[in-house]
Amino acid sequence: MEFWGYKRPEGRAGIRNHVLILPACACASESCRVVASQVRGTVNIIFNTGCSDVAANTEMSQRVLTGFAWHPNVYGVVIIGLGCESVPHQELKRKIQARTKKPVVSFGIQEEGGTLRTIEKATRAAREMAAEAAMQPRELCDISELLLAIECGGSDATSGIASNPAAGELSDLLVDLGASTMISESIEWIGAEHVLARRAATPEIHNRIIEICREYEEHLAAVGQNCRAGQPTPGNKAGGISTLDEKSLGCIRKGGTRPIVEVLEQAIQPTIPGASVMDTAGYDIASITSMAAGGCTAMVFTTGRGTPTGNAIMPVLKITANEKTYRVMEDNMDVDLSGIIRGEYTIKEGGAILLKAIEDVCNGKMTKAEAFGFSDVAVDHICRFI
Amino acid sequence: MDINALLMDERDNVATCVVPVARGQKVMYKRGDKTVTVEAAEDIPYCHKVAVTDIKKGGQVTKYGEMIGEADTDIHVGCWVSHLNIHSVPRDYDSELV
Repeated sequence: MEFWGYKRPEGRAGIRNHVLILPACACASESCRVVASQVRGTVNIIFNTGCSDVAANTEMSQRVLTGFAWHPNVYGVVIIGLGCESVPHQELKRKIQARTKKPVVSFGIQEEGGTLRTIEKATRAAREMAAEAAMQPRELCDISELLLAIECGGSDATSGIASNPAAGELSDLLVDLGASTMISESIEWIGAEHVLARRAATPEIHNRIIEICREYEEHLAAVGQNCRAGQPTPGNKAGGISTLDEKSLGCIRKGGTRPIVEVLEQAIQPTIPGASVMDTAGYDIASITSMAAGGCTAMVFTTGRGTPTGNAIMPVLKITANEKTYRVMEDNMDVDLSGIIRGEYTIKEGGAILLKAIEDVCNGKMTKAEAFGFSDVAVDHICRFI
Repeated sequence: MDINALLMDERDNVATCVVPVARGQKVMYKRGDKTVTVEAAEDIPYCHKVAVTDIKKGGQVTKYGEMIGEADTDIHVGCWVSHLNIHSVPRDYDSELV
């Protein structure tokens, strides 16, 4: 199986060719937005951190910023910093250039003399880069170049019984074709960690999966919090999910059945082809951000109650098996798998439907969140949102 | 009458109603090749769970062949199983390590 993608010298092929307008810290986010609004072919992110932070949080922010810049769906990068951020924009640029040969330029608002002068320079740079990016043709790439993120959010009981198992089928199909997949949201392994760990390729991976769940619970307990208090969410409960365990047992099915070959920290790129898991928050926006920074080039996102979330550089394909949600939120939903619930087709056939849908996305078809230009970003902190 | 509920695993003591089922209506699901019918003792909302056996207070509630929680109270066959009458119990991580 093949798709039409953008070859990159550093690794996997991209499925998009964006110029990324990247803030080095929160204070530069709005300037980046203005530049991106001015130049077709560019995308920006709003960044909520990068200043006055402890070392571990700075490390996480840098992983996300460099991961987004290096990302295969990005042709080139225009960085805007403020001038007094934790990691200066020039240093961020050097870090990115150490990992990739793609074009990278950077500007500082304090050095340039304010917003308008910075925006003018950055806009000219972005325009030139976008013009060059438009010249790069799509080339035929083997499906093994694909790293697919699999996410679930706004879950209800249809997620665990239909859309997540279908996403799991998709994962198995892709892994068998030589591609790679990733699931995350480790708080939503709790109660199902023993089942997930059965897929571990080694005893070390098995135990790491169990320990991640233990550490998550202990981290929350250390500040007097209980992971079973916020989970399931009120929406999950209304949708028929009664406990964290039930939610987790439904969640992990989206990863399929193939061996787990690697356990990753947040925003780290996998090194081994196959099915991997990443230790992230359950908060969708943060786990999506981490998986995008980890180099996932496309995402399937299953939902029961519906969600509009999108990412600037990684197309997010929305799937629901709740027929009412598809009907009332069709503007946000890409694939309707409610036929599985009605018994019209099997979970396996649902997986084949998703394979075709993701092949289309790889070849350039815009997802609904992508067409809206949605660009949600949240960077997890060492506190894990506690 | 058509199947209107799914049993995810033969070990389960709850089934998921894939259409809303009113009190007094039949819940019909497959256990292996066998079709089983129970009467709904309460209204069961779309995609919510119904007990397919009596579950004692403190008893294990099983879906996907795994424990999803313990019953807060006696739950009789045909009753609605939700966050209001079951709760999650802490894990024993040490026993899961290899």
